[in-house]
Amino acid sequence: MGNSIYILLSAFVFSAGVALVLTRQNVIAVLIGVELVFNSANINFVYFNALYPERLDGQFFALVVITIAAAETALALAIILKLYRTYHTTNLDEISSLVEE
Amino acid sequence: MDIGIIHYIFAALVVLSVLGILVTRNLLYAAFLLVLTFLGVAGLFVLAQADFVAVTQLMIYIGGVLILLVFGIMLTNRVAGQPILTQLNRTVLGVLFSVALFASIVYLTQGFQTTEIVAAPHAIQRLGMAILTDYFILFEIVGVLLLVALVGAATIARFKGEGHG
Amino acid sequence: MTTFLFFLPLILTNAVLGIYAERKISAFIQDRMGPMETGKFGILQTTADIVKLIQKEDIVPAAADWKLFKLAPVIIFTAVFSGFAVIPLSGAWDGAGLEIGVFYLLAIISLDVLGILMAGWGSNSKFSLFGALRSVAQIISYEVPLGLSVLCVVMITQSLDLQEISLSQGLQSPNAVYLFGVVKSMDVSQWGGVFAWNIVQAPLLIPVFVIFFIASLAECNRAPFDLPEAESELIAGYHTEYSGFRWAFFMLAEYGMMMLVSMLAAILFFGAWNTPLPNMGVVKLADWTTGAPGSFMSYIWGVFWLLSKALIGMFMHMWIRWTYPRLRIDQLMNLSWKYLTPASILLLLLCGIWRLWMIA
Repeated sequence: MGNSIYILLSAFVFSAGVALVLTRQNVIAVLIGVELVFNSANINFVYFNALYPERLDGQFFALVVITIAAAETALALAIILKLYRTYHTTNLDEISSLVEE
Repeated sequence: MDIGIIHYIFAALVVLSVLGILVTRNLLYAAFLLVLTFLGVAGLFVLAQADFVAVTQLMIYIGGVLILLVFGIMLTNRVAGQPILTQLNRTVLGVLFSVALFASIVYLTQGFQTTEIVAAPHAIQRLGMAILTDYFILFEIVGVLLLVALVGAATIARFKGEGHG
Repeated sequence: MTTFLFFLPLILTNAVLGIYAERKISAFIQDRMGPMETGKFGILQTTADIVKLIQKEDIVPAAADWKLFKLAPVIIFTAVFSGFAVIPLSGAWDGAGLEIGVFYLLAIISLDVLGILMAGWGSNSKFSLFGALRSVAQIISYEVPLGLSVLCVVMITQSLDLQEISLSQGLQSPNAVYLFGVVKSMDVSQWGGVFAWNIVQAPLLIPVFVIFFIASLAECNRAPFDLPEAESELIAGYHTEYSGFRWAFFMLAEYGMMMLVSMLAAILFFGAWNTPLPNMGVVKLADWTTGAPGSFMSYIWGVFWLLSKALIGMFMHMWIRWTYPRLRIDQLMNLSWKYLTPASILLLLLCGIWRLWMIA
């Protein structure tokens, strides 16, 4: 029996997210990659939950993941704003100095 | 419920938009394509009998996370009329690694048993009950986490008087 | 499932009549005549305007990002139109019948924000960008009290399904209805009409409705919260650069949104498609103005009552727009975060207590 479309899709979204994190230099593009990784995890949670309709662990955990993703993004953006104010760039490779210039 | 054509439509939406995000260097396009990804995933959630998660996905990701991302893009770039592009880094290596990752996940999950998705009646009611009974501690912890994140984000991003913008 | 056959023409005619009504109401409030030239009492004025709009050139500014620019009005309109999917029109004619109707409605409306951001950024104009940023900040902020006030109603009616909320406010209510919710000795289930409406059934919802109404004004970007379109500072906000039919789409969406929140207010607080007239003894006003469930007349009455209530809501929106001055941006944010949000959280708590105390 082959893979379910959900598992394939989740694997694809996960790998795409990883590729974004690896190849992009802009912080926000990296953040978009992280969001994709979160979403791929959610696809799996919801799909595996659907196989056991009497249980709700998967759905609840997907909700937790969504909430944590929201909190993570808010914090990440606060940090990005701070970085931009300090270094005047959002390019990750240029943010390497440990002392304030 | 068998895997109908509608599954493939939503899956195609997700795949195409994710490919678009991978190809484009324009940050805003990437952010707006991410909307399509989230919409497609939400559609798949509905088909997997998780209406509540799907709508939460719409509400939090599109109404919250995505708007934050777009705001972040707009606030960290000067409006000059040019598209906002991101620089690339280690492109070949990164793509190769993620293709390998995809292949290995597909290979490893080959043996997973897949059963048909069956309808789950009164899912919302049961989910509500479960959240406030079985998963109550986790639910509360998430609430506290959100509060902490909110306060933390506000503190970090606060504009200090003596500095400059 | 077929309600969109009703809603699509409704949104189109609603914008036409809404703009005419807005002009006449503003004229009445400011002691003017309003449009008088085109047709009797200027009734063809909006039609003439539409003919003009369709003939206009579809201009895309040279420096604009044309993909975002062209897509934005479509997204805004789609977001508003998909919101109508879950609105029930009568007892037998419900919308998509989702178990999570209200939640879906609130979520899909937030897609609207995205179109506004696209329009603002895509236009590549300072006015548009400022308008869009203001609009988004405002809509996101006011979504909090809006969501919490909807949650109060959901707590009292114990359902997220708009059709179930509607059913519980009329003769077909599955629960017993008491006078004002507190007079346990008087069972008014058979009276129906206004006594079964949520706002009378549970008078605690009156302050909730006030919060809901203020937040819904802000969600529509209507005065006194029309900072995104403040014409004295920003020309027209996020749709400054639009012309012709794309601009008409923004208008359609704006009036569609007013209709949507007014209908939502009617459904959540004012008995949805139920009649306001109660049964009194042998004078069965409620039965006469409801029609037998499932019959043809019940469709007509349901649509009639829901639309009348929604139109009254829209009239209130216009009335307020031409009465109050615009808020400043800091006042706007203060109102949402320092007053409405804490008040709605308190009301949410009270609604929970009300529910526990009312239900044996």
